[in-house]
Amino acid sequence: MHTGTEQKANNQDKRSDNGKVTKKLVLIVFAMFGFGFALVPLYDVFCDITGLNGKTNGVGVVYADDGIDTSRTVTVQFITRSAKAIPWQFEPVINEIKVHPGEMKFVNFYAKNESQRAIVGQAVPSVSPGIAAGYFQKIECFCFTQQPLQAGEEVEMGLQFYVDLELPEEITTLTLSYTLYDISDKADS
Amino acid sequence: MTTDTVNESLDDAHNDDHHDHKMTGIKRWLYTTNHKDIGTLYLWFSFIMLLTGGALAMVIRAELFQPGLQIVEPDFFNQLTTTHGLIMVFGAIMPAFTGFANWMLPMMIGAPDMALPRMNNWSFWILPFAFAILIGSFFMESGAPNFGWTFYAPLSTTYSNGSTAFFVFAVHIMGISSIMGAINIVVTIMNLRAPGMTYMKMPLFVWTFFITAYLLIAVMPVLAGVVTMLLTDTYFGTSFFDAAGGGDPVMFQHIFWFFGHPEVYIMILPAFGIVSTIIPAFARKKLFGYSSMVYATASIALLSFIVWAHHMFTTGMPLFGELFFMYCTMLIAVPTGVKVFNWVATMWRGSMTFEMPMMFSIAFVILFTIGGFSGLMLALTPVDFQYHDTYFVVAHFHYVLVTGSLFSIYAGAYYWLPKWTGHMYSERLANWHFWCSLISVNLLFFPMHFLGLAGMPRRIPDYALQFADFNKWVSIGGFAFGLSQLIFLAVVIKCIKGGEKAPAKPWDGAEGLEWTVASPAPYHTFSTPPALEEDKA
Amino acid sequence: MSRSNQRWLLGAWLCFGGLLSSTAWADSQLNLTKGVTAVSREVYDLHMLVLYICTAIGVIVFGAMFWSMAFHRKSKGAKAADFHESTKVEILWTAIPIVILISMAVPATSTLIDMENNNNSEVTIQITGSQWKWHYKYFDQGIEYYSVLSTPREEYENQNGTFEGNGNAKGENYLLEVDKPLVIPANKKVRFLITSDDVIHSWWVPAFAVKQDANPGFINEAWTKVDVPGVYRGQCAELCGKDHGFMPVVVEVKSEQDYDAWLNEQHALIAQAADAEKASLDATMSKDELMQLGEATYMAHCAACHQPTGLGLPPTFPALKDSIVATQGSIAEHISLIENGKGMMPPFGKQLSLKEIAAVVTYERNAWGNDTGDLVQSSDVKAASGE
Repeated sequence: MHTGTEQKANNQDKRSDNGKVTKKLVLIVFAMFGFGFALVPLYDVFCDITGLNGKTNGVGVVYADDGIDTSRTVTVQFITRSAKAIPWQFEPVINEIKVHPGEMKFVNFYAKNESQRAIVGQAVPSVSPGIAAGYFQKIECFCFTQQPLQAGEEVEMGLQFYVDLELPEEITTLTLSYTLYDISDKADS
Repeated sequence: MTTDTVNESLDDAHNDDHHDHKMTGIKRWLYTTNHKDIGTLYLWFSFIMLLTGGALAMVIRAELFQPGLQIVEPDFFNQLTTTHGLIMVFGAIMPAFTGFANWMLPMMIGAPDMALPRMNNWSFWILPFAFAILIGSFFMESGAPNFGWTFYAPLSTTYSNGSTAFFVFAVHIMGISSIMGAINIVVTIMNLRAPGMTYMKMPLFVWTFFITAYLLIAVMPVLAGVVTMLLTDTYFGTSFFDAAGGGDPVMFQHIFWFFGHPEVYIMILPAFGIVSTIIPAFARKKLFGYSSMVYATASIALLSFIVWAHHMFTTGMPLFGELFFMYCTMLIAVPTGVKVFNWVATMWRGSMTFEMPMMFSIAFVILFTIGGFSGLMLALTPVDFQYHDTYFVVAHFHYVLVTGSLFSIYAGAYYWLPKWTGHMYSERLANWHFWCSLISVNLLFFPMHFLGLAGMPRRIPDYALQFADFNKWVSIGGFAFGLSQLIFLAVVIKCIKGGEKAPAKPWDGAEGLEWTVASPAPYHTFSTPPALEEDKA
Repeated sequence: MSRSNQRWLLGAWLCFGGLLSSTAWADSQLNLTKGVTAVSREVYDLHMLVLYICTAIGVIVFGAMFWSMAFHRKSKGAKAADFHESTKVEILWTAIPIVILISMAVPATSTLIDMENNNNSEVTIQITGSQWKWHYKYFDQGIEYYSVLSTPREEYENQNGTFEGNGNAKGENYLLEVDKPLVIPANKKVRFLITSDDVIHSWWVPAFAVKQDANPGFINEAWTKVDVPGVYRGQCAELCGKDHGFMPVVVEVKSEQDYDAWLNEQHALIAQAADAEKASLDATMSKDELMQLGEATYMAHCAACHQPTGLGLPPTFPALKDSIVATQGSIAEHISLIENGKGMMPPFGKQLSLKEIAAVVTYERNAWGNDTGDLVQSSDVKAASGE
């Protein structure tokens, strides 16, 4: 049995323990809240590594001149889509192109602002199959920057790319899709 | 806050308790720091929410009674399914378990109260405000949230009906409440166990709540994070989930389900604890494989962190991702199977009687296992492509949450009602409640499997004609199940008002410290820690 | 079990048995479809395999449980045994499930690898989900069109009577029919590139075992190779807002010759439409003609949001009745709004002909008491957009 004083001392110990444990747990809570946000860059890294979601590089790479593998031919298809509420005509000039891995190619996309106001567009690329995204290297792309077009203005926009030599054997067709968004509200002024 | 001030505030709280100046009327409930009072508040709150969420479900089932748009508009239908889900998950099931934790944990581990009584009061009293905001949004210009309880972006951001801010605010409050409740549970279990009660001597009930509380502490902040991103995306021009600004809507699902899957286990692990307490009591035989039960619970909790993407097989994942999440998900069947086998082994060669807590527990084991089977089927990626987002999924999660979690809550309620009220419940009424619920719940949810396999998507207000027959029966089952829950209300009210006097230990096979105190449990219990019998495991 | 419990149980079984034998189930499909592709049959086999395994486990586990409930009960004088652990048994019932799981994982893995092999397709189709319709675009063919629910509004709003009251009030393919189905050839590998214009949708045809989310800004791939020509129906499978339940998928699979003929026909129709567009510039339509065509166009494309009454569903979908756009605003702005969209409103410029836009503007400016008296012709639309 505990005597009165012993028990009081015991209770005080417990209370200071409670404070310590609570503090630790609150720290975990804040750490996990932070972790929720840390998932955003982590997800990007994860996508880069795995090609999840067909994300491609957002800044140009330097062409690695490691030779051309003429024994393989890969079909690269281009598709486009204008998101809701951007009245632009936006299409690839050619729908598909055959390339050898390592070979540099240049293609054009045509855009015309069919509305009567100036609009800033942003094309968002996505590659399918996602696993191939990491091997699709853009050297120069209109999607790296925003595209402001005056009312009725038309433009041809270039994309310079190559397909990495390391592209897995089983991939023979690769599709690059651009979705065009109106970002006039958010555009850098 | 320094350690000193923490101590002081705790001191005050304890002083309140020890001088038994109980306040009366509403003040008693508003200011209470007593774990039993707060437990009671949680349990009543969750029952009110169950009836509220249930009422919404009744409207949904009335709309789906036959093809054609009968009583609600499609957009309002979406508001109904969204708030039904949110209320049931965050308002009915989770607070009910917190209520059990408050009432029973201190009594089971021989503690005088929860470790942080004042925070306990807060964690309950902010909850009604969260739900007032959520339910109140029905009456605002925007309407209630209409983007599903999973609130996938961009439907909940750019394309929402304007209810996103209310929704986010409500979820933040719910989250803070759950986190505070969970911290309290962890601190109580770590610090206030009676001398001699080592971790591996704790009742399994305590173990499951301990693990659940850790899960809550780990994932509720992630939910808070993701709704915050949602808020800034909708109102402050960020682009976490907006492809136009370099974000990714699929990332929303990854972060959401990183919270969402452990959340599922937050709602079922405590149920395992309750059932593991009741089955041995009425089989008059010790729980089979106590330590493997503890390890199984812990491994289910750990696995829950690496299976989230099985909710997203159709979002377009690379093959190896699909394989990884499929294998991990299938693995969960192993510890879950161990649990079911252990319950059956506990019953095997026992000396069984079938009072109401046992009846609900047996129904739990069978029906939860059926939910587990459909879960296993859903784990297989190729077939998941067919099941995903159909009524098959709706059937699956209602089997694990209604006949799983909710039935375990009923089992626990019947088991401890004598301890809470000092009276035995009416066996006759309870039988009505059990059998009506059992029959109607199966009529309600079993045909949903067929609807899903036949191709009916979830969250639709109207459907093709080949789904008409089953939907009619499902609706009838729904109304019957809803009404049956009112019988439970009658049971509880009758039990509080009177009835046969309950002895300290009304169940002869029951074990645990809670049965060593009188029924009804006195306002303060275990002011001096109890001495444990040496052979108690 | 007490005597009263036995009585309850008997009652329960009688009720349940009664339900199961009810003839109401007669026309209802109970099981997953076998489908019409090699993959969908593999998926079906896998589904059946798991179903059988689960049933067998269920019979054993529940059997053991009911056995002990029947024989190990206190009322029969059973005394509780003392055992409460057995390492051997516990290892056994951890190991056996693992073996069973592996036996399921093997076929599941091979089916999955088949499903994800998108190589060597012969036809490529770009599918775009949009609130609340599907857009199909044939790669390299210049053919593209929207596919919209064709079940009349009167049917789902029960204006011809409710389902119970009158069995004929709803058509055979109620909510599973569209104006222009997707057409694909049989026995050819068809690849789908799936994306979305707004929120997330999911393109699902059960008979092909294809369900793939349409994510805005990203593309997803899926493929199918159908053996049997026919019409196959599915639905959007991801909550996408108000009319999620009203955007079905219909695919018409044609034999190779029929498919080629269909392609030619489509090319001819495109040429015709261009001619008609030119011709409409010179034509002047009467108010009645405009209002008639306008109403039909409005019901098909606008009424989902702005409602047949023109009252909309504020605040998300504004009213047109007495609205500034449709009464005081300039006709050119009205036309531009319809052609280019704004905010949540999609652009209809590519979906509707000049004639239809002219008609729908006329309709909106004169229906529901708006009565501006404005008449808009195709040439006005051309002029407004060409400025």
